[in-house]
Amino acid sequence: MADPTITLEIFRYRAEQETEPSYQRYDVPYRDDWVVLDAINYIKDRLDGTLSYRWSCRMGVCGSCGMMVNGVPRLSCAAFLKEYYPDPIRVEPLANFPVERDLVIVMDDFMEKLGSVKPWVIRDDTPPLSQGERRQTPAQLDAFKQYSMCINCMLCYAACPVYGLEPRFLGPAAIALAQRYNLDSRDRGRSERQAVLTSEEGIWECTLVGECTVVCPAHVDPAGAIQRAKVSATVDYYKDALLPWGKR
Amino acid sequence: MPGNWWLINRAYFIFMIRELTSVFIAIYLVLLLILINRIAAGPDAYRAYLAFLATPVMRAFHIVALAAALFHSITWFTLAPKGLAVRLGERRIPDAVIIGSNFAAWIVVSVLLAWIIL
Amino acid sequence: MKHSNEPIWWSLFAAGGVVAALMVPVLTLLTGIAAPAGWAREAFTYDRVAALVSHPLSRLLLFVVISLPLFHWAHRFRFTLVDLGLKGARSTIAIACYGAAVVGTVLAAFVLISL
Repeated sequence: MADPTITLEIFRYRAEQETEPSYQRYDVPYRDDWVVLDAINYIKDRLDGTLSYRWSCRMGVCGSCGMMVNGVPRLSCAAFLKEYYPDPIRVEPLANFPVERDLVIVMDDFMEKLGSVKPWVIRDDTPPLSQGERRQTPAQLDAFKQYSMCINCMLCYAACPVYGLEPRFLGPAAIALAQRYNLDSRDRGRSERQAVLTSEEGIWECTLVGECTVVCPAHVDPAGAIQRAKVSATVDYYKDALLPWGKR
Repeated sequence: MPGNWWLINRAYFIFMIRELTSVFIAIYLVLLLILINRIAAGPDAYRAYLAFLATPVMRAFHIVALAAALFHSITWFTLAPKGLAVRLGERRIPDAVIIGSNFAAWIVVSVLLAWIIL
Repeated sequence: MKHSNEPIWWSLFAAGGVVAALMVPVLTLLTGIAAPAGWAREAFTYDRVAALVSHPLSRLLLFVVISLPLFHWAHRFRFTLVDLGLKGARSTIAIACYGAAVVGTVLAAFVLISL
């Protein structure tokens, strides 16, 4: 009795030898505790060493192994073969990003956008070391903690049709990251981030499709972060318009 | 992305349906405004318009518009908590409470309007 | 914020969405299905309906119910058209949509004031 196998159909693209991508099928052993990443590692180790892909922790915390699994953005280390067995599994590079090679995408745009929201505590004052650290109550931590859980896996960008249609859109993770600092009681930089958040292709491009939150493996709820950003930007706008004497 | 991106998967499709409910609601509101205008024009105009609304096409439209309005209401109230992080003292009010109170308000307003009109 | 007036349209969209969500279903049922079908005939006699609609509070409510959801539609439809690929005509689409909502609002005001 042959051991069970499952077929993976994997996107291949090697710029030095082809101008068009193709799909290659591999039969790998089926184990019910294996994830797609295990299958891909098996392929790389035993069947086809030319396959290129990113991975690291294999436990859902590093954010490296994001791929399209049967058309859905997933961490390949979190997608179990048994969810698909016995049907073949189609594995493709993360959607909405240029493909470097095979399953490796170019993430420069994402990295630039993360930096553009000034993801650090912005303050004028630097107290002396003797004063100790800035302390926060559990409630103050709770206010932004969810948005700090992002592992930069880019699944939300792959799921977002607005980003797919307009690559200049700031995107879910970058906006959630901005909110992580805006809502941090130690931060004083909200007005500095507003320019980026409320620019063209900023928060106003979002039409609350909500798929970013659905695919997020870290439960960041970027859709919620964006909605709150819209509300606070709107409140600021009316405050500025109706109460111009109050300078923040 | 292709122009038919919203047909790729179920979530995108339902999103597009959700957005298009606003079209049916807008058309209904135009018909409502016409109704008011017909009321202002007198009893004969009003009765003629009601007869027009009773035609199969208009009745079918209103059934679809009602379904669209309901879908808008349900999706709107379910997504409402995303914009608001209301805190009561130390703790954030759970989403379920916000959603529940939205639906409760919806029922109250609907019953009130029905009571006034009927 | 300073350089973008999106918050105006978005707040109209949000307000219109709330008004539409709360009131449009029951109104559609009553004016679009019940009245033409002849249900509750006594409620929809001309005299009663005319009196109901002319009350100042009714006029105000009707104005809000018609105007705000029209802006809700305008904002939503504008982005839907962009999402459907009509990106090149962004400003034209915005002007057309919000313009239509403004026209609807003005017409509603006119009809309701002259009742």
